[in-house]
Amino acid sequence: MKKFINNVDDFLKESLNGFGKAHSDIIRVNFEPNFISRKTKTKEGKVSLISGGGSGHEPMHGGFVGHGMLDAACPGFVFSSPSPDQMIAAIEKVDCGEGVLFIVKNYSGDIMNFQMAAEMMTGPSETVLTNDDVAVEDSSFTTGRRGVAATIIVEKIVGSLAESGGSLEECKNLGNKVNKNSGSMGVAFSSCIVPAAGKPTFELRSDEMEFGVGIHGEPGRRRDKIKSAQEITNELLNAILEDLKPENKDEILLFVNGMGGTPISELYLIYDNARKMLGNKKIKIARSLVGNYCTSLEMQGASITLTKLDPELVKHWDSAVHTPAIRWGM
Amino acid sequence: MSVNFLISQAKNIQIVIDENAAEIEALDQNIGDGDHIFNVQRGLKLVVELENDIKNLPLQKGLNMIAMKVLSGIGGSSGALFGTFFMSMAKTPDLDKNIDFNKACEMVITGINAMKERGKADVGEKTMMDVLIPVSEKLNELKSGNTDMNEGLSEIIKIAEDRMLATKDMLATKGRASFLGERAKGHIDPGARSSQLIIDTICKSLINK
Repeated sequence: MKKFINNVDDFLKESLNGFGKAHSDIIRVNFEPNFISRKTKTKEGKVSLISGGGSGHEPMHGGFVGHGMLDAACPGFVFSSPSPDQMIAAIEKVDCGEGVLFIVKNYSGDIMNFQMAAEMMTGPSETVLTNDDVAVEDSSFTTGRRGVAATIIVEKIVGSLAESGGSLEECKNLGNKVNKNSGSMGVAFSSCIVPAAGKPTFELRSDEMEFGVGIHGEPGRRRDKIKSAQEITNELLNAILEDLKPENKDEILLFVNGMGGTPISELYLIYDNARKMLGNKKIKIARSLVGNYCTSLEMQGASITLTKLDPELVKHWDSAVHTPAIRWGM
Repeated sequence: MSVNFLISQAKNIQIVIDENAAEIEALDQNIGDGDHIFNVQRGLKLVVELENDIKNLPLQKGLNMIAMKVLSGIGGSSGALFGTFFMSMAKTPDLDKNIDFNKACEMVITGINAMKERGKADVGEKTMMDVLIPVSEKLNELKSGNTDMNEGLSEIIKIAEDRMLATKDMLATKGRASFLGERAKGHIDPGARSSQLIIDTICKSLINK
């Protein structure tokens, strides 16, 4: 394993400490229990947005704490859900009585831990569960689809509504709407190494790709031989379009996300290929995002997320945001 | 059952889990993301390290401290589930009185029921509950019957092993393996394996006495 590590047990602590110091103009990092909050206190009358999940997906979620997005984020160990004491401490720090909206990706561990926190806290709370990954089948008998990169779109759009005074109920409804309007799918060219494990989570031959991979290296739909970027892009988009079924007049947000180990230049190449494909289908791309936002450690790979937009979503997407990972309009 | 009993069991379990760590990790990498073994190892280490803080405490307090430590120190599904287990055991009535075998059975049954509720998982879903629920049912039978304790513990060892092996051919409908569909078949669930090892270790230590 080649990683920048001094001692495996200190991995998260040192990384979080660096993150906190590097962005001390925007956020604060609290240790034991670990959480990231805004530098400035949540303003009175504002619903607090708290997200969290396993570490290893940076900048998600800590990188999205700041004006216009999250109030706090709770990082678990690498690829492990955070625990209720982290959420309770974060709530105590940021909640000003208007209630807390938890934004949780659909994984059993995250759901259980956030649920325990919701039971332990005294004030009102609601939860938006994201499940945008179209690679896995949704059915009432299973855990269902995974929450992946669209979680960031939810955090941005709901963050804007909360900033402009939306109620807990309104924030929850908008979050559910964005989630429902979004679909994602990813592909991996290489595996990733959890520091504590010291070896790759799965094996992929040099000419293979995992199609529909999860953000923890979970297997996807199938293992294939590597194809051209345009072919891979088309297959990812077809799977998403089949699920989202946008109408001709729909405007969409096209989000090309890197898994951590793929150069930005390749992400823009995917973006170019996606535009071509969507253009042929007369689907209008109204907004875009390209970069490493929902990563899987050093995994080489990318995911595409499409979100169907309407004027309300566009307004909240465009509003000012200032976080370590995303900043525009201020 | 006492706090000292819990600590000594945690130490025994730690040895067995460490011996089987590579196997559990490999199972998890087949159908999960490989974090289960680290969570279990971290949890055991934290409980063992609690020894000096809790060894003189009454059982209920000791259980609650273990619960909070497990909950906050492990994270993931395991933290929530095992935290719930100890927290619920601590809620069993009359823990300040002498804990005989029947009472201990009652505590474990209460704990497993609470885990079932928390994880919303039942038997047949390829999780640790496939081992724990049948064990809990057998404990309930032993508690009310007049089976010899050693015989009963041997039966539990057998049940845990059979049920752990049975997860191999199951489709997962809960947890991360559920995202795999048919691809999860043919692999034993790592949580079922670690739970079976824990049960096996506890039962064997009691039989030897």
